[in-house]
Amino acid sequence: MKELTVDAVLENIPSVTAFIDGQLEALDCSMKAQMQIDVAIDELFSNIARYAYPDGPGKATVGIEFDEENRMCSVVFSDEGIPFDPLAQQAPDTSLPLMDRPVGGLGIFLVKKTMDAVEYRHENGRNILTIRKRI
Amino acid sequence: MKITKTQHGSALEIALEGRLDTMTAPELEGELNKSLGDVQELTLDFSGLEYISSAGLRVLLSAHKAMMSKGGMKIVHVNDVVQEVFEVTGFSDILTIE
Repeated sequence: MKELTVDAVLENIPSVTAFIDGQLEALDCSMKAQMQIDVAIDELFSNIARYAYPDGPGKATVGIEFDEENRMCSVVFSDEGIPFDPLAQQAPDTSLPLMDRPVGGLGIFLVKKTMDAVEYRHENGRNILTIRKRI
Repeated sequence: MKITKTQHGSALEIALEGRLDTMTAPELEGELNKSLGDVQELTLDFSGLEYISSAGLRVLLSAHKAMMSKGGMKIVHVNDVVQEVFEVTGFSDILTIE
């Protein structure tokens, strides 16, 4: 797995995105899948930057792995912040008129809809969130 | 992200180039806040937009609300990735997308 560890701050979203984009381009990823993965990075890394370390800045690691046979790409986000499972958030009720529903929670919902799989686990004091996408 | 504004009387067109995400959404929000005063019709041209995340959706929703009592807001030249984001989130039901 290729990994990048940076301070978990919003300002690092572009460098994390550039790191993953570089890997995806080398894998001949479709432009559409790459854009969808970039959106997922924006949603997930911004969550970590905003909520994982309420007492001050910490680190976050983003890794990428590729299963050649199935052309399945996995991007793994991990941090040592407060345990938090974003997948446990209630999905927004998209049947309600848009004007009547809170916009919060949309990000993770979007990630679930556009990725092939999203998995969360808490292990050895780390939040580990994995997204998988066939590219 | 690059923001280009073109004003025709009370109609304003804003063309976006790049990515509308956590880091760039505040730029668009700031631009809209200072520009919408006398604008009756707002057009957002997304032909140069690569993708949008939920941070961008929030800005679009507040712009949509601000324009509802006036001539409205429409979005033109939306690519596949952006269109899919609008569809899965239900934004395509409320926004005018041409």
